[in-house]
Amino acid sequence: MIRRILINILAPFLAVLLAFSVGAIVMYILGENPFYVYKILLINSVTSINGWGYVLFNATPLIFSGLAVALAFKGGLFNIGVEGQLYIGAFACAWFGITFNVHPIIGIPMGLIFAMIFGGLWGVIAGYLKARFGAHEVIITIMLNFIAMALTNYLVNNPFKEPGQINPIPQTKELFSGSIIPRVYPLFNKLGINLSPSVPLNYTFFIAIVFCIMIWYLLERTKWGYEIKAVGLNPKASRYGGINPSYIMILVMFLSGALGGLAGVNDVMGYRYRFLDGFSRGTGFTGIAVALLGKSSPIGIVFASILFGVLDRGALAMDVFTNTPRELIRVIQAIIIIFVAIGNEFIFRLLQRLERESE
Amino acid sequence: MAEYILETRGITKHFPGVLANDNVEIKIRQGEIHSIIGENGAGKTTLMNIIYGLIRPDRGEIFYKGKKVEISNPSVAISLGIGMVHQHFMLVPPFTVWENIILGKEVIKRGVLDKDSICLELKKLMDSYGLSVPLEEKVEDLSVGILQKVELIKLLYRGAEILILDEPTALLIPQEIEELFEILENLKRQGKTIIFISHKLKEVLRISDRITVMRRGKVVGELEGKEADEETLARLMIGKTLESPQIEAYERGDEVLRLEGISLPPRLKNINLTLYKKEILGLAGIEGNGQKELLEIITGLLKPEKGKIFYKGREVQHLDPRSLREIGIGFIPEDRQTTGLILDFTVAENIILGRHYKEPYSVGGKLNLPVIKETASNIVKAYDIRTSSVDKNVRFLSGGNQQKVILGREFYSEPEVLIASQPTRGLDIGATEMVHNLLLSARKKGMSVLLYSSDLDEIMTLSDRIAVIYNGEIVGIISPKEVDEATLGLYMTGARKD
Repeated sequence: MIRRILINILAPFLAVLLAFSVGAIVMYILGENPFYVYKILLINSVTSINGWGYVLFNATPLIFSGLAVALAFKGGLFNIGVEGQLYIGAFACAWFGITFNVHPIIGIPMGLIFAMIFGGLWGVIAGYLKARFGAHEVIITIMLNFIAMALTNYLVNNPFKEPGQINPIPQTKELFSGSIIPRVYPLFNKLGINLSPSVPLNYTFFIAIVFCIMIWYLLERTKWGYEIKAVGLNPKASRYGGINPSYIMILVMFLSGALGGLAGVNDVMGYRYRFLDGFSRGTGFTGIAVALLGKSSPIGIVFASILFGVLDRGALAMDVFTNTPRELIRVIQAIIIIFVAIGNEFIFRLLQRLERESE
Repeated sequence: MAEYILETRGITKHFPGVLANDNVEIKIRQGEIHSIIGENGAGKTTLMNIIYGLIRPDRGEIFYKGKKVEISNPSVAISLGIGMVHQHFMLVPPFTVWENIILGKEVIKRGVLDKDSICLELKKLMDSYGLSVPLEEKVEDLSVGILQKVELIKLLYRGAEILILDEPTALLIPQEIEELFEILENLKRQGKTIIFISHKLKEVLRISDRITVMRRGKVVGELEGKEADEETLARLMIGKTLESPQIEAYERGDEVLRLEGISLPPRLKNINLTLYKKEILGLAGIEGNGQKELLEIITGLLKPEKGKIFYKGREVQHLDPRSLREIGIGFIPEDRQTTGLILDFTVAENIILGRHYKEPYSVGGKLNLPVIKETASNIVKAYDIRTSSVDKNVRFLSGGNQQKVILGREFYSEPEVLIASQPTRGLDIGATEMVHNLLLSARKKGMSVLLYSSDLDEIMTLSDRIAVIYNGEIVGIISPKEVDEATLGLYMTGARKD
């Protein structure tokens, strides 16, 4: 048991290490000093409080999108549609925020609920089509991504476009203050942590952590989690065990979509205070990588999101201070995913060999 | 020429917590059918996997034709002439038979498969061994019996001298078993050596020239086939004498479950069947005659097109697995790995499957982990499930222990009706005996059992009444005391009908 846990931690760690080594080789070939580049990367992310603030800010939507993918994984579904659910959720909470001028005690929870419900319903479309007609969720969710992006693009360009806007990227008007999730620096400064007001880290990060705990609890401690995992592992045996797989599929896609919807909250309610067309740039897809690296466990997802947050933050610094293109960070991210995929398989076999009882 | 074609000396293999092979010495003569028998976990499969190069032993040597060999992987074994048919077939379902046979040893002409000459060669091969399989058909469309033959031809095509068959009869019906034995005897006449792994004593006695018995990783006996008898073998295998089960006299009780006009064309036609309290009703039939569908309907996995089910005189409204369990029907499914268990769930998680949503396992939606673990530990103890912990994934348990998890789960909730489909398939003597005793003691306590088994011995011994299904119809309900196995066979093949 302990050995299994150890190996499970060791695998992603080794994957990351290997990926960085390969990245170093690439940089060396490009004529950069890898040690210098990595130093720059780390100095601007994890060696200062402000750096950490940016890292956690970057990590926040990834935690949600990683959870969304992981929950679907557990239920045996591959939700590629987090990006679409994110846009729908983001627009839903933006709509609430620009429409209702209420006290934050109502405004913030309602914004979150709007993101969840609309993201969830967007996810349910794929869940229902799979349960009812056997339509493959991968294809449906991919297509729904395009629809969601086009739909929000239309909405933000036409009925909801900010009047008199100069910004070349279309956006809605600003949210009423009641739906704004505040930044954390005032609290941190009170606690004696010297976080600059310019750091956009906001309370959405803590909401994400709470959701991690809730999803862990759901999966490991409730009968619904039991049924979700049962259907994910073996639908036939689940049916025999009195579980209705169709119902579970729909439930899973709702919950996954709701988490996907929440992935849009950080930007809308916690950073820009408006919906900006095409703001996500693949957060939903990165969630797949995060879930994979985090082995679909909520705690693993937090660490994986932070790692990706570091890389994103570091990419900026690399761009500024070195000749290494920031695209290289993307390369490293991809290499990490590849190594984790290999590592997973390798470890699964290793464990099986260790545990298989002799005939 | 050495006396033995294959010999192992001092083979020892440890797995975590288990000594799978302890100083194992076997001697196989050229051209014999040599059975290796033992209970689940006796180390038979481990030994064969070592000989076939799938597992490296911790210690020990293998001699092939008198020479010491290092079999580091299966290709070495194959090139030496050792071939193995695994319990679970290694075939590609959407490929045709001939494609499967040549896989890994393709004959290429100008960059493409030379199908004509391949098929010609295969036909010659089949003729010479008296084997015949449809080369053009897809593997996924064929029955287990034919696939077994495909696996054999695959080995012969690769020039195997020694053929290892791991539990080859586990999934076969009686007719297919007999056919397989004829093939094996034919192969023997042609000079092939056959290692036959089994725990079915009747079969072993029928086919073997010599028999090696293993128990707990050790060789405990080596006998000539002619000298052996069932009792001796059983005693060697399990270390004690088997007793035949005590069966109480049958007395018809009240009606518990009644099927009325159950139809599911074309598989089932107007099935009427009544199960009484305190009885074991056997269901006999050749596979594919509708029994699978019938059992799935009673357990709610399949919806009938017409017909009703009455439980204690009242019609059952919702025919789904959860509702049927709620009213007191337990179910042992035929295929434990795909239907009965969730392999990547732990023993404890599997033990609550089907009742996981109810108290005491769930309280207000929250899983009650201490109770679940305690129940699981009790069941593990009561049913002698060999596992290091209830938190171990069921995948890592042996087949017999997996089945015990299902049995423990179903018996623990004390259902009034138990639908048991092939409950002893693939189990060894000890485990089979345990299942039989469980069924009989449950009956004694007032449970009603609908038992389907392809093992006619089992049906004849345990049942109070036997319903025979043929072509989707119940063609007769007979008493095992008044009818012999041959007559039962007549019903099963549709030659007789009441």
